[in-house]
Amino acid sequence: MSPGRIRLARRLAAKDLLIERRSRVLVNQVLPFSGLVMVVFAFALGTGGVLERAAPGLVWLAVLFSSLSTVQRSFGLETADGAMESLRVAGVDPIALFLGKAAALAIELLVLVTVLLGLAVVLYGTEPRAEGIVLLVTTAISATLGLAALGTIYGGLAAGGSGRETLLPLLVLPVAAPVLIGATRGVEAALGTDRTAVSEGWPWVGLLLVFAVAIGVGGALAFGTLIED
Amino acid sequence: MTPSPQTSTRRATGTRATRVLGIVTLVMLGWLGLFGLVLSPADVDQGDAVRIMYVHVPTVWLAYLAFIVTAVCSALYLFGKRHSLGFDRVAGASAEIGVVFMALTLISGSLWGRITWGVYWQWDARLTTTALLFVTYIGYLAVRGLDGTRERRARRSAVIGLLAVVEIPLVHWSVRLWRSLHQEATILDTDLDVDIDGLMLFSLFVGVVAFTLLFVWLLLHRSRTIALDDLLADRGIDRAIAERRAEVGPSGGSS
Amino acid sequence: MSDPATNPTPADRSAPAVDLRGVIALLGGFPALSGIDLRVERGEIVLVAGPNGAGKSTLLNVCAGLVPVARGHAEVLGTDLRGDRGALRHRIGLLGHRNGLYADLTVAENLAFWADMVGANEAEIAAALTSAGLDGRLSSVRVSALSAGQRRRTALAVLLVRRAELWLLDEPHAGLDPSGRDELDDLIRLAVASGVTVILASHDLERSRALAGREIAVKGGTVSEAA
Repeated sequence: MSPGRIRLARRLAAKDLLIERRSRVLVNQVLPFSGLVMVVFAFALGTGGVLERAAPGLVWLAVLFSSLSTVQRSFGLETADGAMESLRVAGVDPIALFLGKAAALAIELLVLVTVLLGLAVVLYGTEPRAEGIVLLVTTAISATLGLAALGTIYGGLAAGGSGRETLLPLLVLPVAAPVLIGATRGVEAALGTDRTAVSEGWPWVGLLLVFAVAIGVGGALAFGTLIED
Repeated sequence: MTPSPQTSTRRATGTRATRVLGIVTLVMLGWLGLFGLVLSPADVDQGDAVRIMYVHVPTVWLAYLAFIVTAVCSALYLFGKRHSLGFDRVAGASAEIGVVFMALTLISGSLWGRITWGVYWQWDARLTTTALLFVTYIGYLAVRGLDGTRERRARRSAVIGLLAVVEIPLVHWSVRLWRSLHQEATILDTDLDVDIDGLMLFSLFVGVVAFTLLFVWLLLHRSRTIALDDLLADRGIDRAIAERRAEVGPSGGSS
Repeated sequence: MSDPATNPTPADRSAPAVDLRGVIALLGGFPALSGIDLRVERGEIVLVAGPNGAGKSTLLNVCAGLVPVARGHAEVLGTDLRGDRGALRHRIGLLGHRNGLYADLTVAENLAFWADMVGANEAEIAAALTSAGLDGRLSSVRVSALSAGQRRRTALAVLLVRRAELWLLDEPHAGLDPSGRDELDDLIRLAVASGVTVILASHDLERSRALAGREIAVKGGTVSEAA
């Protein structure tokens, strides 16, 4: 990969993050939504033991749903005034475009994951343990990378024309199964839910990393074709 | 619409070969009915419910075959030198057939499950992957339906078809890992691995052959229908171009 | 491929900016262009006039490579549109009904972003800001706070930073007040003086005729009248 491509990708990601810092759409809209989802889960499942046991899965479910809005916002700012079209006409390297969008998305989602894990401690009574911290952080990062790559692939496709927004969940959710499964088990092991040992979590991190790499490489190669219309 | 002289040559999707294939398929399906419902014995454990297998196993085989054909044709379209739209049509037709037969698989499977296990659905790895695969290809068909020129649509669909090849093994792997953690005392012991006697095996074999022939027959007709649709659109375009040029009026023309 | 420093070859320099012969383009099966001939030399300003639905926008989109050529021969800046357009892309600028700007970034930030995308330097950003009359206080205003005319000029400043050689402007005057239109025209003249070729589609015929050296009328997806 050429240094030029990495430089372009970094510049694109920095642009997205600067726009978010200015507009605060994710902080003011998506983050409250995901917090609300966490509260609504408690209504559905009732408080007490069930909620604490299900906490890792609920956190990632909330992340998954919120990631759809995050992806839509990420590409919404490209299509609002036709910037995506300009990037295409100008022939900006689609692989750099993919990497840049995915990187910004990963950082945004990582913030979301951190907040929701904190919220799980407050709302669901989940107790983090010291020996699981490394696993917890690694799981969160590797799951977020995969989710960001996946969201970027289909977000770019769904941004290509009007009436395509509804396509995003249909395309993303079935493929997101490995992230949901792997991240949930990884966090369970890190927290010791159901008396699981920390060591049981690492195979799941392996799954998450393989997913992130495969989807990342596939997406980088596919992206140019998917945004071309 | 009165057919123009060129269109009066009969355009159909059938040829002598497909008619022969169709007849053979019908005969095989008749055989399957005979063997599956009459000649083969009821299972000692499952009773007559085992007969659902003679449809269930061939449909799931056909669905997987169809998705493999879609993936292969997507690759042939994308990496072939000529980017032949023929491969795109076969990929699309195959995915449509695959989705229909995957739906039949899920229905026949859950009916069998209700009779044999007492429940319609089991969260076993194979079932879960199949359901996710089904939804993935519904998504693929939705992408095929998006607007754009024929070439762009074909390229986009091929890319989505190939992405599925990357995604599905990952989904399958994760679901397997997920289930292996929860090895509860399973009522799944009576899986497909029933004590198969010779006649049952033969009935199953008849089913697989019959459905494979059915797949080829459907695929030929469906991809030819798509080709005819394209041809029709192309013919319409010549007329549309003439009409559009006429908008200029007699005063304009080629000044 | 996307190296912006690539200099056009001399042969390529002498080729016309746009050379279309019998071009047919389809939008969802509809022949938006039904066989169009158009030749534009370097440094020209050509006005494309015609009623709504005549195919003006499609013509510009075809030149930009956004709408594929279904039939006919199409060359832009000496490159066949039906072949590999990779090297051509960064040399073309299309300004449609949307400006392609990020509303939450300032004028200078938008230009700096594009400068990084194509490898332009600070001096080029400063020059573009000056040419577009956006230097000084305006450069640090967010695009969302600009007037329609200022936004349009920012979009053209992006084309300057990108060093686009062919500007395809679709209704550039739409939504601007008279003074905004004057400033826009000044900027276009300035760009043409530095070697840019411009094709513009406009309803404001009086103004555009004053700007353009030549006019073609499009109707029914083909050239109905050339002057």
